Amino acid sequence: MTRPPIASPTRHLADLEAEAITLFRECVRPDAKTVLMYSVGKDSSVLLHLARKAFYPAPLPFPLLHVDTGWKFREMYEFRDRTVAALGADLLVHVNEEGLRAGVGPFSHGSAIHTDVMKTEGLKQALDRHGFDLVIGGARRDEERSRAKERIFSVRQPGHRWDPKAQRPELWSLFNLGRLPGQTMRIFPLSNWTEADVWRYILHEGIDVVPLYLAKERPVVRRHGQLILAEDARLPLEPGETPALMKVRFRTLGCWPLTAAVESDAATLAEVVLETLAARMSERQGRLIDHDGAGSMERKKQEGYF
Amino acid sequence: MTGEPALRFITCGSVDDGKSTLIGRMLYDSAQIFEDQLAALTADSRVHGTQGDRPDLALLVDGLQAEREQGITIDVAYRFFATPRRHFIVADCPGHEQYTRNMATGASTAKLAVILVDARKGLLTQTYRHARIVALMGVKHLVLALNKMDLVAYDATVYARLTAAFQAFAAELGFTRVTAIPLSALEGDNVTAPSGRMAWYGGPTLLGHLEAVEVEGPAAEGAFRLPVQWVNRPSHDFRGYAGRIAAGRVRPGDAVRLLPSGATTRVARLVSPAGDLPEARAGDAVMLTLEDERDVSRGDVLVAADAPCQVADQFEASLVWLSENALVPGRSYRARIHTKAANASVTQLRWRLDVNTGAKLAAKTLDLNEIAEVTLSFDQPIAFEPYAACPDLGAFILVDRQTEETVGAGMIRYALRRADNVHWQALSVDAAARSAALGQTPRCIWLTGLSGAGKSTIASLLEQRLHAEGRHTYVLDGDNVRHGLNRDLGFTPEDRVENIRRVAEVARLMVDAGLVVIVSFISPYQAERDWARSLFAPGRFVEVYVDTPFDVCAERDPKGLYAKAKRGELPNFTGLDSAYEPPATPDVTLDTTALAAEACVERLLRHLGDLA
Ligand SMILES: Nc1nc2c(ncn2[C@@H]2O[C@H](COP(=O)(O)OP(=O)(O)O)[C@@H](O)[C@H]2O)c(=O)[nH]1
Repeated sequence: MTRPPIASPTRHLADLEAEAITLFRECVRPDAKTVLMYSVGKDSSVLLHLARKAFYPAPLPFPLLHVDTGWKFREMYEFRDRTVAALGADLLVHVNEEGLRAGVGPFSHGSAIHTDVMKTEGLKQALDRHGFDLVIGGARRDEERSRAKERIFSVRQPGHRWDPKAQRPELWSLFNLGRLPGQTMRIFPLSNWTEADVWRYILHEGIDVVPLYLAKERPVVRRHGQLILAEDARLPLEPGETPALMKVRFRTLGCWPLTAAVESDAATLAEVVLETLAARMSERQGRLIDHDGAGSMERKKQEGYF
Repeated sequence: MTGEPALRFITCGSVDDGKSTLIGRMLYDSAQIFEDQLAALTADSRVHGTQGDRPDLALLVDGLQAEREQGITIDVAYRFFATPRRHFIVADCPGHEQYTRNMATGASTAKLAVILVDARKGLLTQTYRHARIVALMGVKHLVLALNKMDLVAYDATVYARLTAAFQAFAAELGFTRVTAIPLSALEGDNVTAPSGRMAWYGGPTLLGHLEAVEVEGPAAEGAFRLPVQWVNRPSHDFRGYAGRIAAGRVRPGDAVRLLPSGATTRVARLVSPAGDLPEARAGDAVMLTLEDERDVSRGDVLVAADAPCQVADQFEASLVWLSENALVPGRSYRARIHTKAANASVTQLRWRLDVNTGAKLAAKTLDLNEIAEVTLSFDQPIAFEPYAACPDLGAFILVDRQTEETVGAGMIRYALRRADNVHWQALSVDAAARSAALGQTPRCIWLTGLSGAGKSTIASLLEQRLHAEGRHTYVLDGDNVRHGLNRDLGFTPEDRVENIRRVAEVARLMVDAGLVVIVSFISPYQAERDWARSLFAPGRFVEVYVDTPFDVCAERDPKGLYAKAKRGELPNFTGLDSAYEPPATPDVTLDTTALAAEACVERLLRHLGDLA
């Protein structure tokens, strides 16, 4: 008999679930405007599922916000619209119109500018436009080194700036939601989850995720060692490049030109869980913006990237 | 359900004891490090590392870029790993300045603490300090990790000596269990695999111990306790109460009592999207309904009807100070205990704990990272449990009203008196009746400003005008209060706070009696003025900023005080060596450089409108 790769997760997941539900319930306050960031990825699917549990039988007491860069995978848009309709949730979609008019995109402007304008700026615009005070997101502490110290309730200064020196000590589960004028908060109910926890929970609860997470034959090109999906005609092919069919899936989903696929045979959720547990590459490896330089994620956070 | 929740533990050590190396080793050996992270690590190691060509495992857990450049970690970082036997969440606490704040934060959710000791250096002041802090925070299981055994030739006598000394010290701290493990984080001895070089040691490896140690979970066996977090009212026919169960179990039909009110009813349903639940227990986040309509709000606690918890408003508590702004005894802070929001002030500093020696010292205030035993007074009755019995119902934080920062964290030891002994007399003659008899709307008109700003002149002119209109008035100012009621107070920040507290309370009684009260006090701190406002019904408190610049006051100097202060004969003089915080949003601002006193009074009267 082989040993299980990790300890039985059921009680552990139940504990994480109860913690996250409690965090969601902290975010409904008479004096605050709350929004749930919905990025369509697996963490967002888990967040939605938890939020529904937290407020049942009431409908979600806040809207969802999707900051659309215009370069998400087609299957993500389809999944988003299907999910929101089934839930009867209130979805706000924001696109940085100025960026759109200026034709900003990952190929023409490079990943850094594209992400900055369409994602970071777009997010700030959307938050300012609606005046949200409490912004719930799916970031986890295990994702990246600079996140290991992030608070669950993280204060943002006016202009959405994250000041690592100005974070409040967080003891027990006593959260301080006090805000000075102009300050807002980001709340991360999945702070204490790992990638493996997320997948096991998805499997355990039967949560629907974008099919791109499951392996399938897809047209890809190999570029700088990364597999990029030939999603549509916007992909400028370099000389000698022809998309080839490969069995691939995605561990993380963002803008398709900036998100690399991995070769995989994991075509079911159960196989994905097993593959995740045995994985030797961290999921951020598929996010091309992280490689812009050491500490780049930390810099992006200070500027307001989620 | 199978398995158990993750073991949450804290690691603490002084700089260079090898804490980062140890955690890096555990993550590495339990295969939590991905290949790309390892590649980044190898590249990093050449730049920042201390291990030559070997990958420096410590760099795996160093976080923010600024900290990496300085080669230090200054904030609590959370790490995650799992083995075939258990899941772990590690609060990694640096041993630098701010150590107490960080350790208290990490320990607040931890069931176990690993304290690192450099075997060459032995037990240091820091070791004792770390042990005292985790003990104070209620951590029951301690691991003494004697690191760098490779540098003491894996010597059994070093281990025996340090272990005996530590056990003797720790005996009085109330740990359930202290386990000492000799190891080398760098070489991997006794971290995840037993060491062949320390065959004399018969105990578990560090990871082996962490996997096996039994810690207390949430108290499912105790009496039922549910702090109400959120009231769910999507429609008229559903009213649910949500929260995370702090202790015990609950089933539909159970008799429950609502505290502080004391009302009783029964649990009707345990609602969940997958259908109603037959039972829920400590640690579960539930949504329940009650058989009878009750007035339940956030901060109330539902308890087993036959085993309620206590309700009180005065407590003995331990308090850890987390802010660079010192504690001001008597000042009202926002408090949060379980789901309840209230106001609380420290009424007495019994003693301060010297965390290095354990000595109890006298104290007038508390600075960042200091710990004290205090008495605490809440402005309303609180349902609670002593921290030692139920941390979820005995832990609290204090928040500064001005900055909204979390400034204190505390643990209730016991109640000083039960709130149910104090009953406000339900008086048949009430404030409304009294103000009707006087034919006026009572007010508190609060004049704040520098010494010599013109407060007394304006107060006295205003009173004359009101009196002439037939109003019942009274002026409270420094002269008639400091010579009597507040004779015992000086001008230190603590005394100034107490001064204002008493004046505000007196003003409240006078407003309750139906009077128009004019308070004329420098009252330099916004926090006290805000607190004073909170004593009155909305609209009854009028904050008036008598705005005269310092130089103008110093020139007018009606009482010759500025001259004296400048000669150094009046210490703690407002505006000179003691701060004045101008009101951020006063109800009225009177600029005395632009308006004469009579004109100021006209402005004020216009603002007050008809007092009848
Ligand atoms: N010889 C030896 N050196 C160690 C051991 N553990 C850590 N070190 C070294 O001690 C120094 C400080 O270690 P680090 O993990 O950064 O300490 P921290 O400040 O407690 O995180 C580094 O040079 C480590 O390589 C050990 O078990 N044996």
